[in-house]
Amino acid sequence: MPELSDYLILGAILFSLSVAGIFLNRKNVIVLLMSIELMLLAVNMNFIAFSHFLNNIEGQVFVFFILTVAAAEAAIGLAILVVLFRNRRSINVEELDTLKG
Amino acid sequence: MNIEMPNFLLALPEIFVLGMTCVLLVIDLFLKQQDRYLTYLLALFTLLVAAVLTLYGDSGERQITFNGSYVADSMSHVLKLGVYFAVFVVFVYAKDYLRDRNMFKGEFYILGLFGMLGMMIMISAHSLLTLYLGLELLSLSLYAMVALQRDSIHASEAAMKYFVLGAIASGMLLYGMSMIYGVTGTLQLDSIAERAVSGDRTLLAFGLVFLLVGMAFKLGAVPFHMWVPDVYHGAPTAVTLYIGSAPKIAAFAMLVRLLVDGMIDLHDQWQGILIILAVLSMAVGNIVAIAQTNLKRMLAYSTISHVGFLILGILTGTQSGFSASMFYALAYVLMALGGFGMIILLSRKGFEGDKLDDFKGLNRRSSWYAFMMLILMFSMAGVPPFLGFWAKLAVLQEVVAADMLWLAIVGVVFSVIGVFYYLRIVKLMYFDEPNSEEALQCSTDMRLLISANALMVLGIGLFPGALMAVCTAAFS
Repeated sequence: MPELSDYLILGAILFSLSVAGIFLNRKNVIVLLMSIELMLLAVNMNFIAFSHFLNNIEGQVFVFFILTVAAAEAAIGLAILVVLFRNRRSINVEELDTLKG
Repeated sequence: MNIEMPNFLLALPEIFVLGMTCVLLVIDLFLKQQDRYLTYLLALFTLLVAAVLTLYGDSGERQITFNGSYVADSMSHVLKLGVYFAVFVVFVYAKDYLRDRNMFKGEFYILGLFGMLGMMIMISAHSLLTLYLGLELLSLSLYAMVALQRDSIHASEAAMKYFVLGAIASGMLLYGMSMIYGVTGTLQLDSIAERAVSGDRTLLAFGLVFLLVGMAFKLGAVPFHMWVPDVYHGAPTAVTLYIGSAPKIAAFAMLVRLLVDGMIDLHDQWQGILIILAVLSMAVGNIVAIAQTNLKRMLAYSTISHVGFLILGILTGTQSGFSASMFYALAYVLMALGGFGMIILLSRKGFEGDKLDDFKGLNRRSSWYAFMMLILMFSMAGVPPFLGFWAKLAVLQEVVAADMLWLAIVGVVFSVIGVFYYLRIVKLMYFDEPNSEEALQCSTDMRLLISANALMVLGIGLFPGALMAVCTAAFS
């Protein structure tokens, strides 16, 4: 039977992977959006593990809300991506450099 | 199983704003472009009615409803009135700017109202869940508003940066929330405060760090400020005006709700982190602002330094410190509205007016508005007797009262450095030759409101007692 700490370590690994994905990735904005989704899923993992081991339902309710918000967030992110691609003809992260100072 | 009916009356302003925004969404679909001002008028009407509902709903005592997820207290009422006022001013200032750039569409007002609903929910949040939902409603509206100018390369780039960094911030905040939930086993802020006393300190501090990183991102405090200048610069000025004003009140409320209502017991832990954030914000904000040539970018760095001062009041951990911080937040919003409003006043079709050089010789073009800008800049710099001076004084007094004299000195030193770039604008306006002698073009309502706005900064500066009393009463 997996312990609470096993779930938390998995959550932490997923979270670190997603943060690393955001900061190391220099090529593609879509990968950024994927990393953001992974980050929210890592948090969900934490909430569900705590909710199960504390015998408290609130954490699972929170997860449903996070899933819903994540869907809305992905929709807005992709919409902004489309606008950006129309203007720039590129989704390369390194080329997002017209604003400086 | 018995279900307790929540007291819906307490949340009447939120319910009304939600209903009206949905109605507006439908009405706007059937309007022709020349009738679009109806959307604008209805949005202003919504704000006025919401203000009346909030005023009459104030019973003077702290009430919690919706199973402990929603709180109505005197702080929430004052802050909500501040938010209505700020959004009202934004809508009026933005009208001509949007019309000149083919952006006078219902979306601006609908997203603006949804964002305001998010702020209201954040202000009244009493559980981690409501706080998160309010924050996301605000952030998602803001991302879309930044991208509203679809054909602008700058705006779409700013929107993308804002979106990615905002989403990281939400992720950090949520990770922190999950840790806090794991230790305390509850989402309600007052139960968290009770159970934090006996909880595992290490895990709580671990969660707290993530919460603070998330909040610092949202506030724009150094070292999590990278998005602020780019977004302020890239977004259309009308949207910058919105982002730079009302959300600061909501961010203040978020800090108070999480740190004071939820985790006052961990004050020793969060005080140290907030000191670092405050000092860095005041330093970087004031020093980097000197190098800017774009006024929107300069005001963005000035925002960062003001956020540093706002944090100073909260980190004292005393009731009077929180009210000083609240006074600072409200004062800053009033000054930011005027500052960005002046950029809109200078702009016209095909001309943004956001370069420092565009302010050259403003005195010769219009001495009245040059004087208004002078009031605003002096106030932001913290020169007596303007509002900004009293705000800074109140915060610094509390820092000294909390036995952190060195921190107050650091604050004073950096605000003296900051005076330089505010005074440079005054110099440009009064002592330089104008690039063009063209008279300012804008409508009467904008002229009246921006004059009133700047005179309020002067008037409240001369008589700061009333606003101060309101802020003190909110934390007693």
